Amino acid sequence: MGKDGSVGYLTTRLEDFINWGRKNALWPLPFGTSCCGIEMMATLCSDYDMSRFGAEVVRFSPRQSDLLIVAGIISAKMAPVLKTIYDQMSEPKFVMSFGACASSGGIFNVYSVLQGIDKMIPVDVYVPGCPPAPEGVIHALMRLQEKVSVGDTHSQRKIAEMGKQAVTGVSP
Amino acid sequence: MDIRKPIPTNCGDWVTRFGETWKTQVAQLRQKFGDQIQEVRMPPEGLTDVPIIYVKKDSLVPVLAFMKSESGFEYGFLSDITATDEEIEPRFEVVYNLFSQSRHWRIRLKIRVGENEDVPTAVSVWPGANWAEREVWDMFGIKFKGHPDLRRILMDVRWQGHPLRKDYPLRGYQLFPEPEEIDTQLLE
Repeated sequence: MGKDGSVGYLTTRLEDFINWGRKNALWPLPFGTSCCGIEMMATLCSDYDMSRFGAEVVRFSPRQSDLLIVAGIISAKMAPVLKTIYDQMSEPKFVMSFGACASSGGIFNVYSVLQGIDKMIPVDVYVPGCPPAPEGVIHALMRLQEKVSVGDTHSQRKIAEMGKQAVTGVSP
Repeated sequence: MDIRKPIPTNCGDWVTRFGETWKTQVAQLRQKFGDQIQEVRMPPEGLTDVPIIYVKKDSLVPVLAFMKSESGFEYGFLSDITATDEEIEPRFEVVYNLFSQSRHWRIRLKIRVGENEDVPTAVSVWPGANWAEREVWDMFGIKFKGHPDLRRILMDVRWQGHPLRKDYPLRGYQLFPEPEEIDTQLLE
């Protein structure tokens, strides 16, 4: 960088550059099914302001979003809907399991509640709490950004695996 | 908390307000239907908030229709139909909670049903009984004879068993990754 603040040049790998862009523009899809959804809204609003981390463009269409925030109880009847929405999102896609109910079923250990969304879709980051405090959500988002920048999420690993297969022609 | 004590509401407790009315109504029902009324529990001695009237299964619909239209009863509103699994013989009790919107009194009807018995449907008296009976079928597996559309209402259509039965395991999870098939007949 020059003394006047102008950027001369920098060197990086293309992959790292793309991941740097990805981690700073995570467009969330809010899948708020119960009270955790309120806390997610609080995180998005001005007091905590998730847009500081590039995650303020909330998209209600799975086709246009990167980050699926599952906030709340997923009942057994909702589970296939969640799976469909996850399948509709384009790669690379990331999943945040928000709160105790989404992560493990929470206090609802009964026939009608899915015992953790990881039984249905791969999860990249879990947020504990009932409901989690906005600070916890921001922490989880930052951990997810770290994972995205090194390409360590489920979706990115899958894409890398597919790339290797395309080069070598060997399926694992 | 003593269950025998009257439950206060913001306009007095029910027993003080409706006690005499309930007694007249029960006497009138006994006179009209005779031995079809099996048992009556009155508050507060019967450990209940409103009277519970046990009716024989076959005369359920006439009793409901009578209580809906007869002056002095006027139970025009069916609050809910639910059931309990008593794990004795006969196994289930189907519960009808009635409410009078004009006179603000409530009452409860019950029928005892065995495991594989049908219950006459109340759809002819209250069309709103349709979904409530579907819920009872879904949760307890009690069949309603003459019901126009007895399908599951809450659980997945592929669900095995009836989850509110006492012998259904509490953690009897059933996972379906694929969405339900849409019934095209319903769309038309």
